[in-house]
Amino acid sequence: MAEDRSPSPPVDVCIVGAGPAGAIVAARLAEAGHDVVVLDAGPRFDLDDRTEQLDAHVRPGVDSAARSAADNRPAAGDGLWDMGGERDAYTSSGPKGYPLNAARVKGIGGSTLHWQGMVMRLHERDFELHTRHGVGVDWPIDYADLRPYYAEAERELGVAGADDNPFAPPREEPFPLPAFPPSHSDAIFADACESLGLPTHSVPNARNSEPYDGASACVGYGTCKPVCPSGAKYTAERHVARAEAAGARVIDRAPVQRLDHGPDGERIEAAVYATPDGEEFRQAARTVVLACGGVENVRLLLLSDSDAHPDGLANSSGLVGRYFMDHCFAGVGGRVDRPTRQNHVGFNTTECHALYDAEDPLPGVKLEFLNYAGPSPVIEALHADDWGDSLLDSLRDSYGTHLAVGGLVEQYPHAENRITLDPSTRDDHGNPVPDVRWSVGPETRTAIERTNEVQRAILEELGAEVDWVVGPDETGPAYHHMGTTRMGTDPTESVVDPDCRAHDCDNLWIAGSSVFPTGGAMNPTLTIAALACRLADRLDDWL
Amino acid sequence: MDLSRRDALAALAATGVAGVAGATFLDGEDGATAAAGDSTSSDDTATASDDGLAILVAVAETVYPAAAEGVDTFVETYVSGLPDDRQDDVFAVAADLDATARDWEDAPLADLGRSTRDRLLRDLGVDVADPDPDGYLSERIRFHLVNELLYAFYASPTGGRLVGIENPIAYPGGTESYQRASMATEDTDG
Repeated sequence: MAEDRSPSPPVDVCIVGAGPAGAIVAARLAEAGHDVVVLDAGPRFDLDDRTEQLDAHVRPGVDSAARSAADNRPAAGDGLWDMGGERDAYTSSGPKGYPLNAARVKGIGGSTLHWQGMVMRLHERDFELHTRHGVGVDWPIDYADLRPYYAEAERELGVAGADDNPFAPPREEPFPLPAFPPSHSDAIFADACESLGLPTHSVPNARNSEPYDGASACVGYGTCKPVCPSGAKYTAERHVARAEAAGARVIDRAPVQRLDHGPDGERIEAAVYATPDGEEFRQAARTVVLACGGVENVRLLLLSDSDAHPDGLANSSGLVGRYFMDHCFAGVGGRVDRPTRQNHVGFNTTECHALYDAEDPLPGVKLEFLNYAGPSPVIEALHADDWGDSLLDSLRDSYGTHLAVGGLVEQYPHAENRITLDPSTRDDHGNPVPDVRWSVGPETRTAIERTNEVQRAILEELGAEVDWVVGPDETGPAYHHMGTTRMGTDPTESVVDPDCRAHDCDNLWIAGSSVFPTGGAMNPTLTIAALACRLADRLDDWL
Repeated sequence: MDLSRRDALAALAATGVAGVAGATFLDGEDGATAAAGDSTSSDDTATASDDGLAILVAVAETVYPAAAEGVDTFVETYVSGLPDDRQDDVFAVAADLDATARDWEDAPLADLGRSTRDRLLRDLGVDVADPDPDGYLSERIRFHLVNELLYAFYASPTGGRLVGIENPIAYPGGTESYQRASMATEDTDG
């Protein structure tokens, strides 16, 4: 029997997007007794398929998309999570190409289905970058405002961490789970970094170091990104399950086409969504929460233009889509003359935030010491054009002595980096697709060069032979979509207010990293979760 | 270097076989072996064709390092634990390869010497073929035979150890090994 995707009677809250932002808001509001419907464009992926997805990731030729189609899931495109195809069409017109469909997942759980799971708090400086340094813009809230919600977010995600980071902002309580111990290669790096004045410390991971929230501890599959078969890595499916247990309704494969407002244009009345059988429905709600990411939040607002909102919904400032930011990767890798024991696990256990608050470079930088530098023997074997003893010799030669220092570098908000609609290309429902215009500014290029100098110094301290560098010309995005519906107090200079409610619409709220005025250089999901907890509190009061 | 039944079960866990996948092969923990073993009954083993198995062992002895021992038991355990449809594909392609051997070399593959089998596979272009479950013969051999067997080998702790990693990617070997400076001894490691 086909799943019923018809709308519910008018509800308190309609949430668009079942990633971490939407799912956390849904769980909290449903548990507070509100009627909640969540609409997501993508499918509900079966937890029982995760080991098959691992198989498809590791073994070349295993076609997960074909299997998905056989299971009556939409064969939208390639890859483990069915991204691509007409549903997910986009263009990239900026100076630097942007691989949008590698950077996101549509489905119940959103991009946490394929994420790495690194969860750091932003630093105090990130909230007041303009005041401190005259660059970017200040947030309308500060670290103290978000601090209690960071603690809640760490509990929501089950963060494994230790209070051993001398550069981290103040915290009030221990992490919910103990940190993963450092790796052997971390120990190699620690001495070299110490001698260079770069203290190292643990990494907060949204990954169970012991059983938590009904999920297993990590068992070491080593394939965290793109898939964790054990369920130890947090995905927003946990909050979707909580929301549903509390009475929320979650409808998959229901892409929202537009938001309809009332006659005065000040209140949203319904989300109009499509279903796989070609029908179109209206889900009426007292309030709508947009939570479908830094690109699709923008597209939906722009697709919802009307006589009252000719430039798109909530866009009287003209800023919807502008100030698109990501984090830029910088890295140096090489080989040493001793075992480095890489590729046992797929996550990192040590970082260095010593450069983050410093002024050389001024953009934020965090250093990551990889536990997966160099090739994995099993994956290399499956792609080799040899076998037998000569394959073994080749694997022994290529495995075992690699080291790499990666890092994320901050981008300041620039208005010309933006998401717009491209009417020359249409998706599977005839809607204009998103166009991503992304560039790497001169201050970020300089910061990447400086980061490379530090990374190279660390490897040289270890006597490593450097064999690759990702610098300003080679850099790419870390797939963190931020800034496109920025938060602020002035309706002419921002899209949402400090509570994440749209300036232009009384009952429209926006969750996720699109509200970040600046992005720092920390992975954004903990801040997304903290803001979602805060938004849920505000919305609960408002309702 | 002895391949064990436990190695084969570990490889099955890595490849996502129901009843085996999700088992944690924590260091020194034998319980996982028993749990994993539940999925491979003697009845399952009986379904493996003796002729087909001999072909698979012949391929394995060609693509595995010469130091590998216990290949026949390892291959039998691994293949018997595969899901039926995947096992059927493996045996079907094995039969196709054997037919080619009989045609080109006038003998079953299992009767050929290692160097002849090696040459036959390379003459078929299997070494440079893209693995494709539904492709040309060389692509199907690469996917269903060579890569299936290499995966079983290098995703197992014993195969990984030959390269220097006892907890290879796809093998759920716990979170102790990444912290060690060297491989633990085999009797305390999964």
